[in-house]
Amino acid sequence: MAELLQFLLSGVTVGAIYALVALGFTLIYNASEVVNFAQGEFVMIGGMTTAFLSAAGLPIWLAALLAILAAVLIGIALNKLAVEPARGAPVLALIIITIGASIFLSGTAEIVFDKQFHRFEAFSGDAPIEIGGATIVPQSLWVLGGAMAVFAGLYLFFTRTLMGRAVLATANNRLAAKLVGINTGFVMTFSFALSAAIGALAGVLVTPITFTSYDVGVGLALKGFAGAMLGGMGSPPGALVGGLAIGLVEALTAGYISSDYKDAAAFIVILGVLFFLPQGLFGAKQVERV
Amino acid sequence: MTFQSIKTMAAALAVLSGFAFAQPALGEVKLGSTLAVTGPASFLGDPEAKTLKMLVDQVNAAGGINGESVTLIQYDDAANPNNARTFATRLVEDDEVIAVIGGSTTGATMAMIPIFEDAEIPFISLAGAVVIIDPVKEWVFKTPHTDRMACAKIFEDMQKQGIGKIGMISGTGGFGKSMRGQCLDIVGDYGIEVVADETYGAKDADMTPQLTKIKNSEGVQAVLNPGFGQGPALVTRNYAQLGMSQPLYQSHGVASQSFIDLAGEAAEGVRMAAPSLLVADSLAADDTQRDVVVAYKQAYESETGQPVSTFGGYAYDAFMMLKAAIETAGSDDPAAIRDALEAMQGHVGVTGEFNFSPDDHLGLDLSAFRMVEVKDGAFVLID
Repeated sequence: MAELLQFLLSGVTVGAIYALVALGFTLIYNASEVVNFAQGEFVMIGGMTTAFLSAAGLPIWLAALLAILAAVLIGIALNKLAVEPARGAPVLALIIITIGASIFLSGTAEIVFDKQFHRFEAFSGDAPIEIGGATIVPQSLWVLGGAMAVFAGLYLFFTRTLMGRAVLATANNRLAAKLVGINTGFVMTFSFALSAAIGALAGVLVTPITFTSYDVGVGLALKGFAGAMLGGMGSPPGALVGGLAIGLVEALTAGYISSDYKDAAAFIVILGVLFFLPQGLFGAKQVERV
Repeated sequence: MTFQSIKTMAAALAVLSGFAFAQPALGEVKLGSTLAVTGPASFLGDPEAKTLKMLVDQVNAAGGINGESVTLIQYDDAANPNNARTFATRLVEDDEVIAVIGGSTTGATMAMIPIFEDAEIPFISLAGAVVIIDPVKEWVFKTPHTDRMACAKIFEDMQKQGIGKIGMISGTGGFGKSMRGQCLDIVGDYGIEVVADETYGAKDADMTPQLTKIKNSEGVQAVLNPGFGQGPALVTRNYAQLGMSQPLYQSHGVASQSFIDLAGEAAEGVRMAAPSLLVADSLAADDTQRDVVVAYKQAYESETGQPVSTFGGYAYDAFMMLKAAIETAGSDDPAAIRDALEAMQGHVGVTGEFNFSPDDHLGLDLSAFRMVEVKDGAFVLID
């Protein structure tokens, strides 16, 4: 029993990290249908900047705040310099641009920072919390809490605010959105800025657990992407559930079957779900008008 | 001044400068090297290249080898075996070097071996795998110890502690995979049984499921974690999180201060088989390696301003060995240099004491590794 509980807690720890990264994908996807593969780099920038600033003597909250701000500026620059000039290009071309941006950002980080792994102290210490014979580190609760808060924020944003609806409208039909008075250029910039902030926040929260280095972005983006696909691209509840589900499947496979098949099991589950539900668990059904 | 006189002067100048450039080339030791200075293995190639450059400058300032100045032709293969092969050909055919140091990675090294075997040029590799020198190749030597030796050193220590049953948790990257195989291969020789054998991926964030399985396996007295990068630090933290109290052994893959920095408090009590360089300052005064290790550490750190790494030590040993061999041979003849290398005995390097023979082109024994334990955030010698 304690064994199962430990596997579940491990799954939640890892799953919350995936979910937090997956949530970052939703905004840009909803605004433009572009899957931003540079999302992992925002996580890296958040973690690395915080690690370096706090090592330089800044209090952790200030370092984290500056790191999120830096990521927001980079997100805006990414939109203005790379994505916006290619407006009108097919979505696939834009996705490839984000892959290029991801390689560029991690390369730049390698030069600006260094090639080593870094971490900073967990927010509430390292003493594990014991639950029925199993343990979890307090930082995992921070990650889980962060994922919940971002989820709630995004959910309210899309359903209750005018700006959120403007984002959805822009994705639906850019021309029509423009005609009803939505500044679609601003909506794109805004969604990149907010996505970068979510990514950097994820980086700040997960670094005490996973460590960070210039090249962690791609790996995190892939797992987050898998979580978002499983839950339904663009859906905040989907990202949360999808990320947690993948974390749990991995942990249970590692625990009960074999750690060698952990990643394979997660991807088999994703394939299985997408075979029957191509939109993912929570994705909106797409109707093609002919 | 007429056009004619300008032409004459130019011709005279050309002849003069030709002499000026040709002069040092008469007595020149031309060495080649191709390393992974950039790319995914740059953490290996970067300190290696810096070390070689530092040594060439030092040796030339002190009058060169056999009174001849040393020229090092250096390429960056970025750990790509294709590039390495191209550069190897260039070193042999265009640059006409008399010996080569390099191959930061096993892949690059294996791609180059046929070229140097054909050209009959001594080649000292800086890569880890046993396949480089087993079976022995006439012209190929290497300086880094093998993972098989690290396993042996660790199992010796376990035997001393009376440990008979262990759990293993290995990274699935190249390093962890190779070391896991080597360890499983020889573990039986030490009367030790592996009762749990788990793995984890290079990018994994949590290893508590695997460790829980090991924890619940019957009679595990110690855990061994072959791995590289951040994985072993995560394993160490998870190990503490689960409150596991058996001794935890890490490999030489993470023998650096950054492991302690990443693992934090959890690193206390972790044991590993580490190279002497890691504990340079605490080696006994009469230790044969002490002077070499401390001198290299100080020279490297003052030259580059960066902390010394084991990998740079491999390059240091390769270069000093080559220097000694050329001095013994007393000539630039590659065959004479090779023979001098193979006959080299008791060469004390940063990595260990090298004793080459026709059957052994690595020349190190287990004394090249030291058992260390983490105490109060630092590595302490325990044997």
